[in-house]
Amino acid sequence: MSLGIGSVIGIVAFLFAAPVLGCLLAGIDRKLSAGLQGRVGPKLLQPYYDFRKLLDKEDATVNGAQDLYVLLYLVFIILSGVVFFAGGNFLLCVFILTLGSLFLIVAAYASRSPYAELGAQREIVQVMSYEPMVLLVAAGLFMATGTFRVEDMLAAELPAVRYAPLIFIGFVYVLTIKLRKSPFDISMSHHAHQELVRGLTTELSGKTLAMIELSHWYENILFLGWVGIFLLWGGPTPVSIAICVVVCLAVYFLEILIDNNFARVKWQTMLKSSWLVALVLGGINIVYLLFI
Amino acid sequence: MSYTSKSPWIIHYDGSSCNGCDIEVLAALTPLYDAERFGVINTGNPKHADIFVVTGGVNAQNAPVIKQIYDQMLEPKVVVACGACACGGGVYQECYNVMGGTDAIIPVDAYVPGCAVRPEAVMDAVVAGVQILEEKRAALKAGKKNRSAADAATGAHASCANVPDTPGAGGAGVE
Repeated sequence: MSLGIGSVIGIVAFLFAAPVLGCLLAGIDRKLSAGLQGRVGPKLLQPYYDFRKLLDKEDATVNGAQDLYVLLYLVFIILSGVVFFAGGNFLLCVFILTLGSLFLIVAAYASRSPYAELGAQREIVQVMSYEPMVLLVAAGLFMATGTFRVEDMLAAELPAVRYAPLIFIGFVYVLTIKLRKSPFDISMSHHAHQELVRGLTTELSGKTLAMIELSHWYENILFLGWVGIFLLWGGPTPVSIAICVVVCLAVYFLEILIDNNFARVKWQTMLKSSWLVALVLGGINIVYLLFI
Repeated sequence: MSYTSKSPWIIHYDGSSCNGCDIEVLAALTPLYDAERFGVINTGNPKHADIFVVTGGVNAQNAPVIKQIYDQMLEPKVVVACGACACGGGVYQECYNVMGGTDAIIPVDAYVPGCAVRPEAVMDAVVAGVQILEEKRAALKAGKKNRSAADAATGAHASCANVPDTPGAGGAGVE
């Protein structure tokens, strides 16, 4: 892959702007959630304060290996984002991200804590739930635009959502799992008061936990990028960029609404519903794409 | 003021209390009082928490639990005893099974009076706890600096700092 100037700008922008935007997004998320609950809520930069505080805490590791696994989780998420924002192969981006999420599961298992292990088992179910839909997204984008390269998808004459509207809706459905929002936050809730304590991250603390936060910021921006790829066309044109930003924010707001309005479901419900969505919405859309 | 004081995460443990103080502590976290304004999050996890809020007295059964939670929390950390019982046993002081207040087991940094405590008092205590947290963080940082300077002077390695079983009270920072 030869790197054009656009790719280099994409990589640099992702590396430096994604954590900032991700942090602001997390702050807005907490502000809006507080508003929906009739509270004032924390300051906008509260996630950043939390992050800095975690860096100041004492180091304590249950198992030396887990810090390495969490670091690899962060590295692979960044790598996945770099591939995406450089305009590289979308399928590669998906696979690298999956590898990253596997390292998080291994990190949780490494601690040998019952809470973390149960969180890890549930995370595996979550990966099983969203992965079919994510692969259908890759397939749908390929069939709509004729390429796996993000760069070339942007140059399409019509936005991918024109050809793959059902896949887009299906992706927004599993995005709730990927963003760890309420009905599907069974492996690790942002709100720690649950039967699993903090699930996956129960045994992670201080700098390691800060690394997890940083990964989430990168990850959330990457996911919004995936939403955006459905809506950009023609190079992309300024109009499409404006539409893309509005739709990305609307999707994130929808996720916050869902987060605040739904109680958590059992893993069976999550697995069945997300596979049903993938099969029905994804399947119908793929068949449609085969015949146009 | 560093970031430590802007993000005090708490863990709440109920010793042998009548539940009055627990209800008030949880009330402080409800939308009406909205402790999250100050960055307070009620974590259920000692490894994530900065402030240990204890309600109720200490008896033989919960003493090891309180000790365990305290030991699992990472420096800098602060203990807030909420209510008359947590401060010194309260009305249960003379009971055969009650060992006294929280400070019978672990060092306490802030005492909140009241039977039961008011949510306003709980938040006041958390804000007071944050000040102490800040002092401890500064001490921890100064200690680390001094130690690395001393290590450089004697040629010792700083890598042995991560001993998991630092003896309980006092903590790692104030060596």
